[in-house]
Amino acid sequence: MGSEDHNKNWVGKPLPRKEENRLLRGRGKFADDIKLRDLLYLRFVRSPYAHAKMVSLDTSAAEALPGVVCALTGAEIALQTQPFIEIGPEPFAKIKDYPMAVSKVRYQGEPVAAVAAESAAIADDAAELVQVEYESLDPVVDAEQALEDKSLLHDEAGTNRVWNGVFEYGDVEKAFKDAAYVVNIDRLHFHRFSSTPLENNVVIAEWDPKDERIYYSCNNSFPSFAIQFLAAHLNVHIDRIRVETSDIGGSFGIKITSYPQMAVCALASKKAGGRPVKWVETRSEHMTSSAHGNERTFRDTQVALDKDGVITAIASRHIDDCGAYPRYEPLGCVIWSQVFPGVYRFKNARIDFIQAVTNKCPVGPNRGYSRMQHLWFLERVVDICAHELGIPSDEMRLRNYIRTEEFPYTTPNGCVYDSGNYPKMLDIAKRLIGWDEWKRKQIEARKQGRLMGIGIGTTLDSGTNNFGQSQIVNPGLPYSGNSQGANCKLDIYGEVVVAVGSCPQGQGHETTAAQVVADVLNIHPDLVTVRTGFDTERNVHTGFSGTYASQFAVSGLSAVHGAAQKLKTEMKQLGAFALRVKEDEIEFGMGAQGPELRAKNNGKCINYWGLANLVNANSAALPPELYDVTLNCRYIWRAPFKVPDKQKKYGNLTLTYASQLHIAVVEVDRETFIPRILDYVAVDDCGTVINPAIVEGQVYGATAHGIGAALMENCVYDAVGNMLTSTFSDYTPITAVNMPIVKYGHIETPSPHSYSGAKGMGEGGAAPIHTISAALQDALFDNGIVIEDSFNNADSLFRALVGKETSQAETLVKVERRV
Amino acid sequence: MPDTIQSVAIKVNVNGKPRSLKVEPRMLLVEMLREALDLTGTHVGCDTTYCGACTVLMNGAAVKSCTMFAVQADGAEITTVEGLERDGQLHPIQKAFGDAYGLQCGYCTPGLMLSAHHLLSRNQQPSEKDIRKAIAGNTCRCTGYQNVLKAIQLAAQNMKGA
Repeated sequence: MGSEDHNKNWVGKPLPRKEENRLLRGRGKFADDIKLRDLLYLRFVRSPYAHAKMVSLDTSAAEALPGVVCALTGAEIALQTQPFIEIGPEPFAKIKDYPMAVSKVRYQGEPVAAVAAESAAIADDAAELVQVEYESLDPVVDAEQALEDKSLLHDEAGTNRVWNGVFEYGDVEKAFKDAAYVVNIDRLHFHRFSSTPLENNVVIAEWDPKDERIYYSCNNSFPSFAIQFLAAHLNVHIDRIRVETSDIGGSFGIKITSYPQMAVCALASKKAGGRPVKWVETRSEHMTSSAHGNERTFRDTQVALDKDGVITAIASRHIDDCGAYPRYEPLGCVIWSQVFPGVYRFKNARIDFIQAVTNKCPVGPNRGYSRMQHLWFLERVVDICAHELGIPSDEMRLRNYIRTEEFPYTTPNGCVYDSGNYPKMLDIAKRLIGWDEWKRKQIEARKQGRLMGIGIGTTLDSGTNNFGQSQIVNPGLPYSGNSQGANCKLDIYGEVVVAVGSCPQGQGHETTAAQVVADVLNIHPDLVTVRTGFDTERNVHTGFSGTYASQFAVSGLSAVHGAAQKLKTEMKQLGAFALRVKEDEIEFGMGAQGPELRAKNNGKCINYWGLANLVNANSAALPPELYDVTLNCRYIWRAPFKVPDKQKKYGNLTLTYASQLHIAVVEVDRETFIPRILDYVAVDDCGTVINPAIVEGQVYGATAHGIGAALMENCVYDAVGNMLTSTFSDYTPITAVNMPIVKYGHIETPSPHSYSGAKGMGEGGAAPIHTISAALQDALFDNGIVIEDSFNNADSLFRALVGKETSQAETLVKVERRV
Repeated sequence: MPDTIQSVAIKVNVNGKPRSLKVEPRMLLVEMLREALDLTGTHVGCDTTYCGACTVLMNGAAVKSCTMFAVQADGAEITTVEGLERDGQLHPIQKAFGDAYGLQCGYCTPGLMLSAHHLLSRNQQPSEKDIRKAIAGNTCRCTGYQNVLKAIQLAAQNMKGA
């Protein structure tokens, strides 16, 4: 490291990641890599039925198998724990959610018992010896059917309706009265899928009888949330639960809801006398019983437009399917409203939002959580209206986008979009894909009878939640705002060490945090050690700490920046004392003995070891007025939020709004009905970029998740609740042979809401799902097809094009023309 | 039942070291590597041969170690991700994955690098299509494959004439 490193701005550079060294060498430490003395292996026994009463359960044969240490049942757990906290209001708050079924199973794959044994193989054998007798009940796998309450999942609630609320803003009636066109769309459906992190859930739990504490090594991605649920459930002081994570093989939100399995492992450890218990989820367990993304149906949508095709109002009824237990829900019933109008200017809207339980796997916050469903709905609405009114799809967007000069833009429900420039993104995307050339090719293709379409998808990735929105779903909840913690210190020998309350899963937090600290202290990022993973014992977490909801660049790095600034202030004070100069005469830089503080005028210097030594190991040399200097600086960053108005459902729900604009060219094969992507562009805007290589990588990754979801990945249940896609071979996650080359474009509209101008951007807003639906719509509109589902594979396109006798468009979409 | 299972003695050469082990017949190769030999760089993602997180080289060919029994590797030479570097120096494939930002969470990366190794040992100038086919059995949920393709192209370039 030479003097050329001075005064470099590390933020903004594509710095190679610090994480790479261990990950490339196979030295990453993932949860399943951890082995402990006296470790036991846990295996769950799971329900083959979607809905059934448990008549009897017998674990005696399993317990008699040599090598089995204990078995645990749901009924046993219910006797010694509290049901999990319910986030929602009455009557659903009455339900009793335990980590294993107590007397009734509510989805296929729900655990009913667990066995812990000396080896994983013995645990497998033992699980097969557990005898369970079931009496099947009527399963309900469709949310709209569930709302009829003919077969109840939770008798205590007396209904399958988890939540219902109307979000109404502006003057909807007047807008419809004045409309030139009213477009009615009977039904749209956003399918159930999961981003399926490649590493399954893993929990190691040790309930140590010596100190009555519970130690977790796991890959949960929101540990602060998990410990709040676990402490209440297990009746233990929250400080008695330690959660550590290390490297995590992807989460995409799915690993937020692993706390039920964490509970079972702790209780099994307790029963086994404190021996540590490890559970490694199989892929089939993950597919059937970890978490899926929210499925949503949009009914009776009415759209009012003026004579120019400008949308003036939308009215609709949305039914969200959260699976068998609400768990993180009904937060999704408000989180979608962070992007209430999407990227569009309409001011009047009424959305009647309902959530139902069904006999399917519980949902969890999957990448793009709750917003992508709504953004897809809005993109379908805009796109269908454009086609029905004969307005070109790009022109339709330009007429309806929020205008660049309107930022910061307050939405009808009080959210403040910080910055953006959607027309510019559209322009860049069109140039990158060669819009005019593809339009020409499309005309040629149509003449040959080929089904080719060009689609635009514009989306938002709202980041850094205001947890006050939880009070909109349940006014009694004690949550609001958002915060994150970080610690920055000089260790005894002067090393710069950073800890932050996030738990990354590939987002490169060690690298970007080092970039931020390097800029504050004017040193090379290699000199900054960032602790890997999450640990409650580092004391840098708040109730919101974890890695979820597109926020690290804002909440995490703001906390790191604050802690580094605090440390710098202390170092300056100490340096001024040591060098006998004034604080403003101190400068930070590199010297012959590593990083140091220098006096500008007399050239005297002290290195980091010298500073750290004064505080940590030479304190008699320190004057009492510097006793407050610890060089160990904790900083809690708080987002500047207010509690939203619960009655009006009004307020700012997120701090930053990254945007994505994609264009796809898609062709449906006339013979095989396979949809093929011919060209693809992604343009993103996440404000000021901390590390362009990391941002670009996340854009490609989110694009692959979206394309996979749009064309290949679907959680399929049959009529009685059997999951038909319980292995990767059935679920078919997107592979390298299905993924097109993505042409990448980028603009930066710095956010006025974050210290650096950055916006959170990890989720991507599911732009490809909107874009591919739009491209297929463009390809098939002339054939009388309305793209009504977010999932379109060869099978569904075959059924749409060949299987339907009459034009589906006539029944699905009706247009009233009043001009 | 476990008490009736006879362990089987096998000899395997793993990353250049000869190993003698006694394994249960039902032990998978990946379990042997991870549990018996503590080589935890090889991962398990799907259990059904789809995702390739468990890919290792057996006698120079990429195999999925979750779909082989340890006993089937008797007498074979196995290379895992831990065996790619030489004297602390990264293999050109490892270096290229780092330089091209070809990984995020890093869980699939060992398998992808070994599939790339299989390809590049047989085809020094692979086309983009060749690369896509070679890693069709390796699922990555983070990168969207774009930088993985770039990494393998870069590795091919850097290994030319090596």
